[in-house]
Amino acid sequence: MDFGTVLQIMDSALRLMTPLLLACLAGLWSERAGVFDIGLEGKMLMAAFTAASVAAVTGNAWLGLAAGIAGSLAMSVVHGVASITFRGNQLISGVAINFLASGLTVLLGQRIFQLGGRTPSLTGEARFHAIHLPFAQELRGVPVVGPVYAELVSGHTILVYVAVLCVPLTWWVLYRTRFGLRLRAVGENPASVDTAGVSVQRLRYAAVMICGVLCGLAGTYLATALSAGFVREMTAGRGYIALAALIFAKWRPWHALLATFLFGLMEAVANRFPSIEIGPLTVPSMFVNALPYILTVIILAGFVGRATPPRAGGEPYVKER
Amino acid sequence: MSIVKSLLAGVAVLGLVPVLAPTPAHADPALVFDLGGKFDKSFNEAAYRGAERWKAETGGTYKELEMQSEAQREQALRMLAQTGSNPIVTTGFAFGEVLNKVAPDYPDTRFVVIDTAVDQPNVQSVVFAEEQGSYLAGILAAMASESGTVSFIGGMDIPLIRKFECGFVQGVKATDAEARVIVNYTGTTPAAWNDPVKGAELTRAQKGQGSDIVYAAAGGTGIGVLQAAADEGMLAIGVDSNQNHMHPGQILTSMEKAVDNSVYEAFRLGVDTPPGVKLMDLASEGVRLSMDEHNAPLITDEMTAALEAATAAIVSGEIAVHDYMTDNACPVR
Repeated sequence: MDFGTVLQIMDSALRLMTPLLLACLAGLWSERAGVFDIGLEGKMLMAAFTAASVAAVTGNAWLGLAAGIAGSLAMSVVHGVASITFRGNQLISGVAINFLASGLTVLLGQRIFQLGGRTPSLTGEARFHAIHLPFAQELRGVPVVGPVYAELVSGHTILVYVAVLCVPLTWWVLYRTRFGLRLRAVGENPASVDTAGVSVQRLRYAAVMICGVLCGLAGTYLATALSAGFVREMTAGRGYIALAALIFAKWRPWHALLATFLFGLMEAVANRFPSIEIGPLTVPSMFVNALPYILTVIILAGFVGRATPPRAGGEPYVKER
Repeated sequence: MSIVKSLLAGVAVLGLVPVLAPTPAHADPALVFDLGGKFDKSFNEAAYRGAERWKAETGGTYKELEMQSEAQREQALRMLAQTGSNPIVTTGFAFGEVLNKVAPDYPDTRFVVIDTAVDQPNVQSVVFAEEQGSYLAGILAAMASESGTVSFIGGMDIPLIRKFECGFVQGVKATDAEARVIVNYTGTTPAAWNDPVKGAELTRAQKGQGSDIVYAAAGGTGIGVLQAAADEGMLAIGVDSNQNHMHPGQILTSMEKAVDNSVYEAFRLGVDTPPGVKLMDLASEGVRLSMDEHNAPLITDEMTAALEAATAAIVSGEIAVHDYMTDNACPVR
């Protein structure tokens, strides 16, 4: 395996990581505030659909992005109302969102575009295109650093850079601001926050909305950058993988980056080498495809130690009377 | 209710009472679309085109029904049969099992099922020789490739899609024995049909390994493959319907299945549609490569000649393209 191949795999891993990372950070925000969210998949799917629809109709990727975020936020509102205001079961609300998005996208898509639930293919300005960073071509000749910069760092869509920047931003807000401290406290011990005179409900709503925006970015990236249009069920379980990565990362932003990159890398390797030959043995493609999941189990069981979720996670907050 | 029904059926079989089901003299045909929907730019839309052609030529009318959920299939077929539609054409392999249940109850109605085989005396099963069409696609890919490496992306890893792959590989190797074929499958679950993101990523990975022509037999995933191929400057080969128009000049050809012709034929023959398995192969123009203004600049005279020679040889039986589904194995790798 030469250097070029390694770079290509890393490049592919970065692209595959982006939707996972955004969804993982979305889950992190929500769960840190004590609201479990297994509706990441549904929110991404909804965002992918609204983004692709609006981009197809208007021919503008940025309007598509706005619509994607709006679509995902609408789902977040449903989750928030059900699980914060009405103190419903957060898991059930999340499952409902997944089903709702799965059905609604196809229904609306068929009604509007009559393409069997697809949206028309996006072309030109309706898609996010790769950005070539300055000096990428000039530096290509420089050994090692040149190709890494030109192949790996440059040449992604803006949403990839946004996703990576969201990691330090999330870390800074959660660990270095008052809002972040309160938000984390709401996930650990909401009563203490309430005692301090801060609204638990408002903080949780804020977290769920941030989660919606991030899922909106993830869905938009899937539909308007990685591919060109919406296809039914196109998230293909990425929301659930993001949840696994979140546990793997123990609800911490920088670890989320590493965990999702690992998942992206695994998928990229599986794409590149459908079957791996080790001497006389051939590892079948099914095994290579299952590796990320096997790895999750092994690492969770043995290497990262206990993954402790936020203590108040999953419990609606009831003010004492 | 079911007891009454089976009693009635038993009485009817014994010939004690005349069968009550009315058989109108001028039965209208009916067409049932599968979940993909009428305007899916692929399989179902081809069936719709066939029906519309029949309508335009004969001035007849037909009933149509779009499935909205899995549970509707049986009910829809019974409803159409009871209201006297004949023949009833269904698109998609998913109708196979339902027909085994429904068809025996309506012995005077002709059913047609496309893409699977149902063994009932009043059902015509239309199956396609995908391996022959894919063989021709392989020839074209090997001739158009500059790098000597071509690739295939399948949807869900099932024997039907292996059949496409195997035909394609045979075509490539017959043209250029040195050529390399990279094969990827999107997955092993039905989600593999609708993952354009993974399709696009697989395409890029294949490009990284030197492939410059990619053949996609992957349903909705194929849309991602064709898109990525166009983005990366590769040539793609579409499937099922003519997909050449999706990225003009960047799709080498499409391996079309003549679903429209089989619907048209069934409508034309009406109740006289012969039951049994109808094989749609190259000889009956059931599979073909799409040639139109969108891919004309990509096709050289040499390629046309090679395709014509291969078509003639397959039709005459001189070249026997192996069908993966006969023994679940492919002779060439």
